[in-house]
Amino acid sequence: MTKVKILGVELKNPVIAASGTFGFGKEFDEFFSIDKLGGICSKGLTLNKSNGNKGIRIYETPAGLMNSIGLQNPGVEGFIRDELPFLQGKDTVIFANLGGHSLDEYLEGIELLNDTSVDFIELNISCPNVKEGGMAFGIKCNTAESVVKEAKKVSKKPMIVKLSPNAENIQEMAYTCVESGADGISLVNTFNALAIDIYNRRPVFNNITAGLSGPCIKPIALRMVYEVSKVVDVPILGIGGITRAEDAIEYIMAGATAVQVGSGNFIKPDITLDIIAGIEEFMEREGIKSLEEIRGII
Amino acid sequence: MKDGYKEGTIYSNDEISPNIFEVILEGDFHGIPGQFYMIRGWEALDPFLARPISIADIDSGKLKLLYELKGRGTHIISKLKKGDKLSLLGPLGNGFDLKEEGRIAIITGGIGIAPMLYLAKNLPDEVDIYSGFRSNAYFLDQIRPYVKSVNIATEDGTTGHKGFVTELFEPSKYDLVYTCGPTPMMEVVIEMCKGIVPVYASMESRMACGIGVCLGCTIETTRGMERVCKEGPVFKGEEVVI
Repeated sequence: MTKVKILGVELKNPVIAASGTFGFGKEFDEFFSIDKLGGICSKGLTLNKSNGNKGIRIYETPAGLMNSIGLQNPGVEGFIRDELPFLQGKDTVIFANLGGHSLDEYLEGIELLNDTSVDFIELNISCPNVKEGGMAFGIKCNTAESVVKEAKKVSKKPMIVKLSPNAENIQEMAYTCVESGADGISLVNTFNALAIDIYNRRPVFNNITAGLSGPCIKPIALRMVYEVSKVVDVPILGIGGITRAEDAIEYIMAGATAVQVGSGNFIKPDITLDIIAGIEEFMEREGIKSLEEIRGII
Repeated sequence: MKDGYKEGTIYSNDEISPNIFEVILEGDFHGIPGQFYMIRGWEALDPFLARPISIADIDSGKLKLLYELKGRGTHIISKLKKGDKLSLLGPLGNGFDLKEEGRIAIITGGIGIAPMLYLAKNLPDEVDIYSGFRSNAYFLDQIRPYVKSVNIATEDGTTGHKGFVTELFEPSKYDLVYTCGPTPMMEVVIEMCKGIVPVYASMESRMACGIGVCLGCTIETTRGMERVCKEGPVFKGEEVVI
């Protein structure tokens, strides 16, 4: 009943664990069978292994949190060697989230992922916490266009482009990415944000700004998904502050084919299962046979 | 499968020193010294994250936690009364290695004293504890029966030695050292012990998830970046990159 299709790939339900909030699934599989998820997005990968950022990395805000992890990850080869075999053994759809500091890094990363069993590449042009590249590719349409076009030429996998809410114009950005070859769009990554330690009179984070996520961003992210759904005709994965089935259903009504649960994973390891169960209950109660019936009805 | 968040019923929740609270939860809790639980004292999404709090003691299944009033989360927990519920995930992390024997020192700073009652209860008798506080000393009355000596330092001289706790402690007298407290204090302890005596340090870091996925709490170690919530919170002193 909750099945959805993304570019020909069937997901048993529309709930995907978002990148950077689920590791590579192992820690969560200790709490529940991750086979139950529609899909899993890997932690943001870069071509080479990265230690991430120094200093404070996490800061709680009202109904949310800021992070400046900085893409700490084992590198694409480390992922393929050490993490992917575990995920492959699971009955769920795998998205490899790929970031990059330069165009060449993206392209080399894609080439390595081409020969693996990942179902999708989620091209991350929206990480606000790396100094070079990352979100810089996702602010202006012309920079995004060149990365997506080149990536599409190399990629043998269906390619979802993950957008930053910090893009100059989210509709134009989504439209540009699709015109440049994106097979799908996921949005939003975190909002670039600031916190100040008033007693020490300096920013909380070494990079000054960091990415804001959680329920506090949900209404804005939802509005962006709605707006993007009006200008593109590819599958949209809605992301931002989802902690309840009702949130996920809102995103679907706003035009998303599926949703990604991010920060919510931090507050309850099996929150995704609650959301899946809640979607099923809602569908039964409302007499909905397929999520297609309510997709984009707003 | 590991348990997710479970409810615990508050048996008592008392302020044992200004801004320092001790909460005891009824139930069938388990864990080893040095491990911690993630705690929520509210159903709403604000505050968003649970609070990591180390095990102060487990006695007949009852869990004791010591916490300092720091922000909104601990403030909410401090207002809860007997019979109220907390939501808990754990025990988490690796805990202290208890295999060592010989002369043992425990060095704490401030609320870093929290895991030491449960640790001292699980160690042989030859334990000296050195505890530093800003002003008032606390919790030591409960630890005293399980140690050979209690040594106190306060920054303002209210109790014991006026100054830092590290000024009281001589590494060469010991075969093993355990420490928990503010990172700068533990770094001094680790430096003092280098090449003289092994030290286990329970590191502190901001956490979001407590289960090893957010990578918010990582510290640099000789093996690379490691998670305080998963590979830690207890690390060998020589592994911590200062």
